[in-house]
Amino acid sequence: MTGEQIETLFGLMLEYTIPTLKIFCFTLLYSIPLGMVVALLKMCKIKPISWLTNIYILIMRGTPLLLQLIVAQYSVPYILKSDACPAFLHALLDGVDIRSETYTFNMMLFAFVLNYAAYFAEIFRGGIESIPRGQYEAAGALGLNRTQTFFRIILPQVIRRVLPASSNEIITLVKDTSLASAIPYMEIMYIAKKQVPTYASLLPLFMAGLFYFAFAMVLTLLLSLIEKSLDPMWRRNVKTLRKGIFRRGNA
Amino acid sequence: MLEVKNLSKSFDKLCVLKDINFTVEKGEVVAVIGPSGSGKSTLLRCVNQLEKAGGGEINVCGINMMHTNEKGKAVFADTKTLREIRLKTGLVFQNFNLFPHMTVLRNITEAPTLVLKKSKAEAREHAIELLRKMGLEAKADAYPSELSGGQQQRVSIARALALDPEILFFDEPTSALDPELTGEILKVIKELANDGMTMVIVTHEMAFAHDVADKVIFMEGGYIVDEGTPEHLFGDNASDRLKQFLQRFNQH
Repeated sequence: MTGEQIETLFGLMLEYTIPTLKIFCFTLLYSIPLGMVVALLKMCKIKPISWLTNIYILIMRGTPLLLQLIVAQYSVPYILKSDACPAFLHALLDGVDIRSETYTFNMMLFAFVLNYAAYFAEIFRGGIESIPRGQYEAAGALGLNRTQTFFRIILPQVIRRVLPASSNEIITLVKDTSLASAIPYMEIMYIAKKQVPTYASLLPLFMAGLFYFAFAMVLTLLLSLIEKSLDPMWRRNVKTLRKGIFRRGNA
Repeated sequence: MLEVKNLSKSFDKLCVLKDINFTVEKGEVVAVIGPSGSGKSTLLRCVNQLEKAGGGEINVCGINMMHTNEKGKAVFADTKTLREIRLKTGLVFQNFNLFPHMTVLRNITEAPTLVLKKSKAEAREHAIELLRKMGLEAKADAYPSELSGGQQQRVSIARALALDPEILFFDEPTSALDPELTGEILKVIKELANDGMTMVIVTHEMAFAHDVADKVIFMEGGYIVDEGTPEHLFGDNASDRLKQFLQRFNQH
């Protein structure tokens, strides 16, 4: 391969990192808040709600994401054809062009979000349930109301506890975006696979691998920094250190 | 100050409190003793609204918290009144239950600023004064996990005092501590007693109960079995059951 060829290839690959980043960002943007809602629904005291939520989580975690992506992408025409399809769905989906790019992207995002929300929900639920009852009791005995207790006492502790597990999910998502290539959706994995015969080289795959690796590394660093910054003792020590340096600098 | 009449409480079908009657006067220190599972902690939790009593009547500082209506159902005061009562009572837990994500100072100032709407400076000043009283002013910026159990419990006492409660409850304040550390907590409680603080203390420290309490309540099986001055309860006129309990206690 000539240097010029490599340059063209690199440019092409770089262009297709954007759709990958798009999947990643939008999935997180929607699945984290949805995960919180799902976690609360699963902890709901009304049993049917909790059961239904649990069934949803079981299906999402028990079947492959790839299968979910494909079902989301190709099921709409079959649903519309079926006699059991309710009228409101017909009305909702009638005007939709299932060949359009927007449709492909939205249905894919739909599957990603539903899948990741289920995982996040279980992480958040675990975090909330891990807070000892004594924390609620102490807050209550001090006269804090339920909102104050949740936002001032419980939530800050939950965030710190769920961050390591959430980081894990976030980094997994970086690599799971490559499943979109099977739909097919043109992101970096799709384009890399397609370029292999053209260039008769493994270089496109190697470049794609490098991109995922670099992205995951940057996120790992970023997330561990966030984790540290949420540790109050670490924050205090940094502050003291800074003050010390500042004083010495002045003297 | 505190008035409990015919109080009863059961968990499902298990009856843990039966016909509890006692009063606490202003400035009085009451120690509640008895074997594990006798209902001491449940009694404290009912009075502090952490459990809902099943029947009877509770009055705190002359305000009715709950009573039983003609149909035998427990009726609680409205939310506003319950909150008002909550601010008149303070509770110190066996496991401290400090907020681990806040400094010692913020553990103490959080409730006064949020609930009493005190200014930050005012709450801070009061908190530091309380910490000084507890001998912990140097620990204001420490986090609970950096403190010993005894220090944590002193912070939690300061936290309860920050709301200026009329009556302070202790639920086995030394049970989670090493024997060497119980002394510092008992000393603090004794100082509060000398200051005239009204207190109800559930404890296994018999010598301490004898020493500091104006009145001792002995509970067993959900009943108050014996009640009176420490001289009476720890003396020869106590009930046989209490003597038996104290004897077994001294053996350990």
